[in-house]
Amino acid sequence: MSVVKRISNALAAVAVLPAVALGDNQVNMSPGVTSIGAEIYDLHMLIMIICVVIGIGVFGVMFYSIIYHRKSRGVVPSQFHESTKVEVAWTVVPFLILIGMAVPATSTLLEVYDNDDAELDILITGYQWKWKYEYLDENGENVSFFSNLATPQEEIYNTDQKGEHYLLEVDEPLVIPVNTKVRFLVTANDVIHSWWVPEIAVKRDAIPGFINETWTKVPEEGIYRGQCTELCGAYHGFMPVVVHAVSREEFDAWMGSKRADKAAQVAASAVDLSLDELMTRGESVYNSQCLACHGAQGEGGVGKAIAGSAIALGDVGAHLDVGIKGVAGTAMQAYGSQLSDVDMAAVITYQRNAFGNNTGDVIQPSDVVNHKQG
Amino acid sequence: MGDHHHGPAKGITRWLFTTNHKDIGTMYLWFSFAMFILGGTFAMIIRAELFQPGMQLVEPGFFNQMTTLHGLVMVFGAIMPSFVGLANWLIPMMIGAPDMALPRMNNWSFWILPPGFLMLASTLFMEGGAPAFGWTFYAPLSTTYAAPSVTFFIFAIHVLGASSIMGSINIIATVMNMRAPGMTYMKMPLFVWTWLITAFLLVAVMPVLAGAVTMMLMDIHFGTSFFSAAGGGDPVLFQHIFWFFGHPEVYIIILPAFGVVSQIIPAFSRKPLFGYASMVYATASIAFLSFIVWAHHMYTVGMPVAGELFFMYATMLIAVPTGVKVFNWITTMWRGALSFETPMLFCIGFLVLFTIGGFTGLMLSIAPVDFQYHDTYFVVAHFHYVMVAGAVFSMTAAVYYWLPKWSGRMYNETMGKVHFWISFIGFNITFFPQHFVGLAGMPRRIPDYALQFADFNMMSSIGAFIYGASQILFLYNVLATIIAGKKVTDEKVWDGAEGLEWTVPTPAPYHTFEVPPKLDPAHAHG
Amino acid sequence: MRLSADPTTDTVLKLVTVVVAMFAFVFVVMVPLYNVLCDALGINGKTSAQAYVAAPAAVDTERSVTVQFIATNNDSMPWEFRPQVTSMAVHPGAANDTVFFAANPTMQHMVAQAIPSVSPARAAEYFHKTECFCFNQQPLEGQSDTLMPLQFIVDQDLPKDIKTITLSYTLFDVTDRVSERIASR
Repeated sequence: MSVVKRISNALAAVAVLPAVALGDNQVNMSPGVTSIGAEIYDLHMLIMIICVVIGIGVFGVMFYSIIYHRKSRGVVPSQFHESTKVEVAWTVVPFLILIGMAVPATSTLLEVYDNDDAELDILITGYQWKWKYEYLDENGENVSFFSNLATPQEEIYNTDQKGEHYLLEVDEPLVIPVNTKVRFLVTANDVIHSWWVPEIAVKRDAIPGFINETWTKVPEEGIYRGQCTELCGAYHGFMPVVVHAVSREEFDAWMGSKRADKAAQVAASAVDLSLDELMTRGESVYNSQCLACHGAQGEGGVGKAIAGSAIALGDVGAHLDVGIKGVAGTAMQAYGSQLSDVDMAAVITYQRNAFGNNTGDVIQPSDVVNHKQG
Repeated sequence: MGDHHHGPAKGITRWLFTTNHKDIGTMYLWFSFAMFILGGTFAMIIRAELFQPGMQLVEPGFFNQMTTLHGLVMVFGAIMPSFVGLANWLIPMMIGAPDMALPRMNNWSFWILPPGFLMLASTLFMEGGAPAFGWTFYAPLSTTYAAPSVTFFIFAIHVLGASSIMGSINIIATVMNMRAPGMTYMKMPLFVWTWLITAFLLVAVMPVLAGAVTMMLMDIHFGTSFFSAAGGGDPVLFQHIFWFFGHPEVYIIILPAFGVVSQIIPAFSRKPLFGYASMVYATASIAFLSFIVWAHHMYTVGMPVAGELFFMYATMLIAVPTGVKVFNWITTMWRGALSFETPMLFCIGFLVLFTIGGFTGLMLSIAPVDFQYHDTYFVVAHFHYVMVAGAVFSMTAAVYYWLPKWSGRMYNETMGKVHFWISFIGFNITFFPQHFVGLAGMPRRIPDYALQFADFNMMSSIGAFIYGASQILFLYNVLATIIAGKKVTDEKVWDGAEGLEWTVPTPAPYHTFEVPPKLDPAHAHG
Repeated sequence: MRLSADPTTDTVLKLVTVVVAMFAFVFVVMVPLYNVLCDALGINGKTSAQAYVAAPAAVDTERSVTVQFIATNNDSMPWEFRPQVTSMAVHPGAANDTVFFAANPTMQHMVAQAIPSVSPARAAEYFHKTECFCFNQQPLEGQSDTLMPLQFIVDQDLPKDIKTITLSYTLFDVTDRVSERIASR
């Protein structure tokens, strides 16, 4: 929709009828797909309806008064100004209504807290500004990966048409099996984040140094989207959550391929790549991992400039050090555990040969492996 | 006090060295209005960026600085000082006192405010930018991960806190010791009552805020770990301390507004306030409850279920005294002889919108449902309904109501009514759709949003520009009144107005009640 | 009680006392009280920072509880850090041993501090560590590794519905804090 058209729609909505504005926009909480979500929705509606009914009563009396008790109608004001009976009544009656609300609220809350008997445990770690998912495995063969915003910068900065799932799409979603009680262990790496997916009614703060838990059991296959809901720094608005709920078979197959990927990555570290291959791969890694802070042209921003920087033009080892270990006390994280060795090699090569940094250095995955081992 | 029987000094020294409660009240009011415009400007930048999806005007980091400063400036710079200004002007006149109990401290508590805000605003120009961690400044985003300007932010908070504490001590000392003979506690106007309770809240919780920022300072510069897990501290502790201050703070903002409304509604209903005593008790109950509900801001941090239940039940209880107040106001109007001058319009606007905000507050108190509401635009809508439509609308009503008494000139009624309707409509266009986007899943404090939220955000931005523009009309109306408004000389500017402030000449002379007034013993409360 | 003959001064003195008391309250009451409550109620899954002195008690061999171990690095902590065993089935009342592996891949000497957290939080007060590497800071030379011991007992009184306990350690780099402390001496 063009901007002009949207403005005129919004203005029309403002001027004419609220109903026009509602259109196909979502105006209410979604019950979502889980049983907890449905209970929360019912509770939300119950309390809202009670409030609306009370509101109609209270405002009704007020507007009656405004219409019929106006001075311009020549009424003589009454002078009554207290009544203990009335005061007691409107203290006790609301109190009873509140008790009526508290009962279902308590039972829903207890269900939310019932984390027992989970069949799958997933550790969710919030990072500035991405999520890490780690599937805990009894045999220590944990599978883990990072989930980054996949929306390109061009869409965010309005040089490209925005896609359907603008800002709510990631490079690698969390995959969970349906009809399985999944326990989420939630923590954070740096500041406090909050992991929220409205459709499955899960929101839990991720606190550095501490672990929180919550759970879900998704009955329907589908893609569920959410966002970080605790202010976590500059790119707080750019760390979405995407959950794919799939059948058990599909999940097992996915898990199998993840494990195979892990093995393949180790193997790939031993293979040398050409400069072109490294540059192509490095560019995509750069755009998803580095660009937000270091700029599309390596000009810097939250992070330092890469174009013409002493690190990118200087010693390869020092450059790898920054990439792998990060810089303590700054937003520059240790990417050694976040990127595969191939991606690390590619992005370092890219940084040293893009944005006018023509060092000609080619860093191979094996160099990264060797560097990590000292 | 040798200069007591003279008029005000001339020139700038009048304002710099004044100990007169009316001068200081005037300065507070103008200062808070300036801060209101500044905080409003930040809000306009926020709404302009959110006008459409995509990043247009500012960078995400700067956007966070705007949301942070908007909150801080509005809470600590606009709303709180405006009510202190009102208290300065009115409390001595309402209780028949010649001035505040501690005039010199009064001067100080105002004059440390502008440097405090200058310090806060100067962070905008510092390396790394202004504070960008939200007005709630949760650790460790505000400690380990903050820009260096956080130190200036901490000092600014200390200064503002000191100002508030001094102001509150002064108000309590005045109310307790300076009442005219016969002005018993239960005869005081409700505005004085609500301010007395507010001042006690301030004295109790501003030091807690000072403690919280001091701990931050120590964590940042002196190697302690109150809020860092690495040294055995806990970031969640920060939230507990902050909200132990923060929840009473919410009532600090709204209680004086209750007081204002309780003065104005009876005046334009031409009928005494219904349930005066129950209003006092309800205010005290709200103040008491405000100390035991703080963790309802933290339902998602992973408290034990028993804690969640306790805070949920305690929070729901607040609906009872708040309901009593609303019922009392409406019953005051019932069978009165109503007229709808601008102050009354703003009070009715307050009643309607504050009640809506109260309802959403009740919804938010339900812990399991809050898992879906928490940190979304639903919360943003809720607290703007109680703070803007609550505190700001009542403050506006107060200005229109008492301005003729202060200046001896009548404001332009038509312009006042236009101001009300533009404000009321603009406010609702801004904040009502925020309920919708919040319920649909839009988190707060984000500079950019998914496409399904676009229509309502644009609507919200349009409303914000309308509401913002209406304040210029307000400023114009006030200035025009002071400079060239129609002169009024009646002591009782409004025929239904009750209270000692309406027994002094209009405009109120520089010194009032140098001799304590004689109270009519048959007369009930103001 | 009157603090001054002048009523206004009296009010002011009392209020100033309240202000000072509330400021002190934050430091001397809220912080310690919070820590006590956390220890007692397991808020945040905090566990006691002191070694538990085991009282001899019967081992409940009828019951088995799964204890999961998780290791995370905070921020840019470059160490390799993981549990040797990721989960074990234990009987309440029995003493259990396990080790965590840590390696410092950098060239520098570093000091780390591990912070434990237990989930579900209400299990924290039933999870007793008789020996833990988290009680002390862990120094490690560059390019070296170590095995860090943990010994724990799950209390017999652990609520029956808790079948899995997760023990998470977050490893913080405290090298700077330690060197600052030495420098300030």
